[in-house]
Amino acid sequence: MLNAKSAPTKARDNLISQKVDTLPPSGIRKFFDLLSSVEDVISLGIGEPDFVTPWHIREAGTYSLEKGYTMYTSNSGMPELRQELASYLELRYGVSYHPENEILITTGSSEGLDLALRAIINPGDEVIIPNPCYVAYPADIILAGGVPILVPTNEENNFVVRATDIEARITKQTKAILIGYPANPTGAVMSKKEADATAGLAKKYDLLVISDEIYARLVYGVEHICFPSLPGMKERTILISGFSKSHAMTGWRIGYAAAERRFIQALAKIHQYTMLSAPTMAQMAAIEALRNGESEVEKMVQEYNRRRRLMVKRLNEIGLPCFEPKGAFYAFPSIKATGMNSEEFAEKLLLEEKVAVVPGTAFGPYGEGFVRCCYATSLPSIEEALRRMDRFIRKSRLNTA
Amino acid sequence: MKEIFEILEQNARATPEQISTMVDKPVSEVEKIIKQAEKDGSILKYKAIINWPKLGEGDIWALIEVRVTPQRGVGFDTIAERIYQFPEVHSAYLVSGTYDLAILVRGKTMQEISSFVAEKLAPLEQVQSTVTHFLLKRYKENGETFHLPKETNKRLPITP
Repeated sequence: MLNAKSAPTKARDNLISQKVDTLPPSGIRKFFDLLSSVEDVISLGIGEPDFVTPWHIREAGTYSLEKGYTMYTSNSGMPELRQELASYLELRYGVSYHPENEILITTGSSEGLDLALRAIINPGDEVIIPNPCYVAYPADIILAGGVPILVPTNEENNFVVRATDIEARITKQTKAILIGYPANPTGAVMSKKEADATAGLAKKYDLLVISDEIYARLVYGVEHICFPSLPGMKERTILISGFSKSHAMTGWRIGYAAAERRFIQALAKIHQYTMLSAPTMAQMAAIEALRNGESEVEKMVQEYNRRRRLMVKRLNEIGLPCFEPKGAFYAFPSIKATGMNSEEFAEKLLLEEKVAVVPGTAFGPYGEGFVRCCYATSLPSIEEALRRMDRFIRKSRLNTA
Repeated sequence: MKEIFEILEQNARATPEQISTMVDKPVSEVEKIIKQAEKDGSILKYKAIINWPKLGEGDIWALIEVRVTPQRGVGFDTIAERIYQFPEVHSAYLVSGTYDLAILVRGKTMQEISSFVAEKLAPLEQVQSTVTHFLLKRYKENGETFHLPKETNKRLPITP
């Protein structure tokens, strides 16, 4: 089997787990390879802040290294950090978690999500996810042995999932609803009314909710609804979040999960055997972020908001209708008027005008007809990218005419 | 409204149209606010920050601590004005501590600055003493760093 000379075969590789072998590669990965072949690209395809972590937070990380904080921490994370998080969630969203046993510090919110799914899913359990959605949701569900059930969302309802659409897909196997608002890739936020409707379903059908709120701090002109803060939801919600987006800390890999004790215990069980503890340096930095990072967060949010307005306005002007995204740092314009599909559009735009956007289909089948444009990049880059997109669209119109 | 000025402070060339989009206010209103600010001195001037050493223009700068005798009725203001009116003075501040005025002086040569201190500044009647610090290296000015390499893009071109 391992003979290198043997001819490559399409047959399944028995040395790789069937689950992994059949897992489709990320649609973003495919595009990444194409992108690497083009030079001087303006990328609107990056799903992370363009800010460097604020200096005081980096300094705290450096200081922790100097002081020799290079060992494991407690499995659940440093008590000070859990304490800070508990106060933060209480103050900001009015939902209280006991720092001792209701908060788990994870290696990025990605780990938290994976843990949450693995902790609750029995083989064949169904997890409902609105689509288009973050690339990892369906894959993580499959890896945990579950079945992702996609609920389409669209521009008419501002890419927020409708409770009736969820309800139509609830079966005996449904275990949980996984939501992520503010949303990647659409920038959609969930209103109180919509959140209440979803909460009502969770209660009615006795479902768990995993709420990925990694973009919670990036909302513009609206209040973020912290799902577990809704009446009766704390006991059935696993809250997943982290510092990557709020404090521009993607590379630190630091996040957290918060839920009632029995859930956190279950997550912690997996975590202690797989991750042991989140990076110590990053935990120290996160403490500093919570204690003294508020003004920097607000500055970044204000800056994103300026870019957001510019991008959304320009997209609409150049003929790519775009609903107003009120969260995260993405615009999700429709490219249907161009007559191209998402992949075609993204590929041609990249090759002809050297602007990278991510085809909506990378985020699931219901992303067809859209592309994701990230505005976490400098204003001049956004302006130049949109000039090029404008030219691209005019050209393609001429060609089809 | 403050936001308009923050944007201009970062980029004086931002147009009223761009600003209007960024702050979500009509262009006419943005124009009006800027015009008013120009008129009432809230906006003093639009300038570029030039990296002179890069252009091979090595001006000499000195930070001078000046101890002065305040005057009855006008305090430090009159003597400060007598000093800052000299074109050599780039910036002037009244400060607390062991001296009174901190002034930033710019000259073509060290000689030029020395003569300014010896012939113009020190002989002023109210000036008790001066301490001149020549600038050796500039790291950061007006929020802009000079010597760090330009922040390179460390992000991958596309991420989920």
